[in-house]
Amino acid sequence: MNSALINLAYLAASVLFILGIKGLTHPRTAVRGNLYGASGMLLAIIATVASAEVFGSGVQGLGVILAGIVVGGGIGAAIALRIEMTAMPQMVALLNGFGGGASVFVAGAALFDAADPSTQMTVATVASGLIGGVTFFGSLVAFDKLQELVLPGKPIHFPGQQAVNSLIGLAALVVGYMIVDDPSATGLYWVLVALASVGGLLLTIPIGGADMPVAIALLNSYSGLAAASTGFVLNNNALIITGSLVGASGLILTRIMCKAMNRSLANVLTGAIGPEAVGGASADEVYAGKVKSSSPEEVAMLLDGARRVVIVPGYGLAVSQAQHAVCELADLLESKGTEVEFAIHPVAGRMPGHMNVLLAEADVAYDKLREMDDINPTFAQTDVAIVIGANDVVNPVANTDPTSPIAGMPILEVDKARTAVVIKRSLSPGFAGIPNPLFAADNTLMFFSDGKKAILDLITAIKEA
Amino acid sequence: MDAFIPLLTIFMLAVFVGFEIITKVPPLLHTPLMSGSNAISGITIIGAMIAAATPSTLTTVLGFAAIVLAATNVVGGFLVTHRMLAMFQKKD
Repeated sequence: MNSALINLAYLAASVLFILGIKGLTHPRTAVRGNLYGASGMLLAIIATVASAEVFGSGVQGLGVILAGIVVGGGIGAAIALRIEMTAMPQMVALLNGFGGGASVFVAGAALFDAADPSTQMTVATVASGLIGGVTFFGSLVAFDKLQELVLPGKPIHFPGQQAVNSLIGLAALVVGYMIVDDPSATGLYWVLVALASVGGLLLTIPIGGADMPVAIALLNSYSGLAAASTGFVLNNNALIITGSLVGASGLILTRIMCKAMNRSLANVLTGAIGPEAVGGASADEVYAGKVKSSSPEEVAMLLDGARRVVIVPGYGLAVSQAQHAVCELADLLESKGTEVEFAIHPVAGRMPGHMNVLLAEADVAYDKLREMDDINPTFAQTDVAIVIGANDVVNPVANTDPTSPIAGMPILEVDKARTAVVIKRSLSPGFAGIPNPLFAADNTLMFFSDGKKAILDLITAIKEA
Repeated sequence: MDAFIPLLTIFMLAVFVGFEIITKVPPLLHTPLMSGSNAISGITIIGAMIAAATPSTLTTVLGFAAIVLAATNVVGGFLVTHRMLAMFQKKD
């Protein structure tokens, strides 16, 4: 097939990708959008197979390609079909890394194959190697931290960390310059990739568990930029367009996550939040004598007369695998004529939108999942707000105490509901490490229990009442 | 530079298109957006196929490795996104 036709096929594929993302603007059109994206990919792959470079390479080349697709496709399908929804952040982290890795190899191969590379190509190759290497190893660390395999989930700091990071960055730039200066020194490409890999590792280890959504979104963006940069290596529009779409998507999500935590990106990347987060009242001052402990029977009675109930799920809900029980509770309350909605904080869960997926899996209709800005004004008309496994995101101190470590962080205003029921094992603090005055408020009942057990006990109590 | 400027133009325009449509994706679907963008960033597979088809052993090996990684992204990304989106459709 001639190259004009192939480029037309790439253009069609790019349009299908854009339509695919556009489909994701509504749940009704989203499945179709995903199919558009998949068809675009199929089209691009078929066009490439038909190209003179690939088809002309004969049986051996085609065999290598087919083998690679079968192996990779098999791995991808196996992960995609088996992965638990709670483990979705790990899967996305892994795929981000693979995207970065693929760019490193493709750009490297192009550099080794080029007889007389242009400056554009060598600069782009260096960029692909750098971004791809950082993405690959950074994502593996993120995956490892989320899965809690080798490294602990908490931030890792060591003395002179910033100096080491700067040194690695500087060394990578020098090696990058040397490659551009003399592209025949191809061995240096691997030195560059090695430096970028160490850089990716060092940049991800100081990021703590609560900040993982930001790290994953950022690495998502990097994987796109690596693909776009590889597009500049190969003079390929499809890679450039797709890579920039993914890069933009990751950046937007990173910004949303940072805003939801009221942290700057620099602050997240250096893991600056930590044990020094004191200030404000101590736990004893906040809680002493004011916390009211409740029982399933009491909460069931409260819910019996409620017209409107809002459920506030946090990651603790997913940890105790309580999403199905919560859905059952919501159905039960609705069958008694109570209006039930779910209030979703942007950082609930371990990645952007994670909590929505977990609840959708448990058959909660998506129109009951309400965003923070939509639902906050309705808390004043809410009879009972049930908080399960969330802490910092419902801490009113964020609005009232400018010295608090979470000051200015947008919260779900559960304290405005007529009664707040907080299901929690103990009064232990959340990631921010500060006490939560909501737990001691006049209109709050604490229900000390494991999330899932609490909901099941509550369901039993309601049915018996 | 003659080849670079048109590519840069395409890059910049695509970034703007990306920002425009992605800001319209509701937080409800941000997880499928991420896995879906993983899938389409597997487009690197077309570069990987071209590398694998070259006669040199080194570039063939690199191309093969890149195909495996990118194909994992493509198949894994689209499939898992479909799984998630189907959950959102159930109670429509």
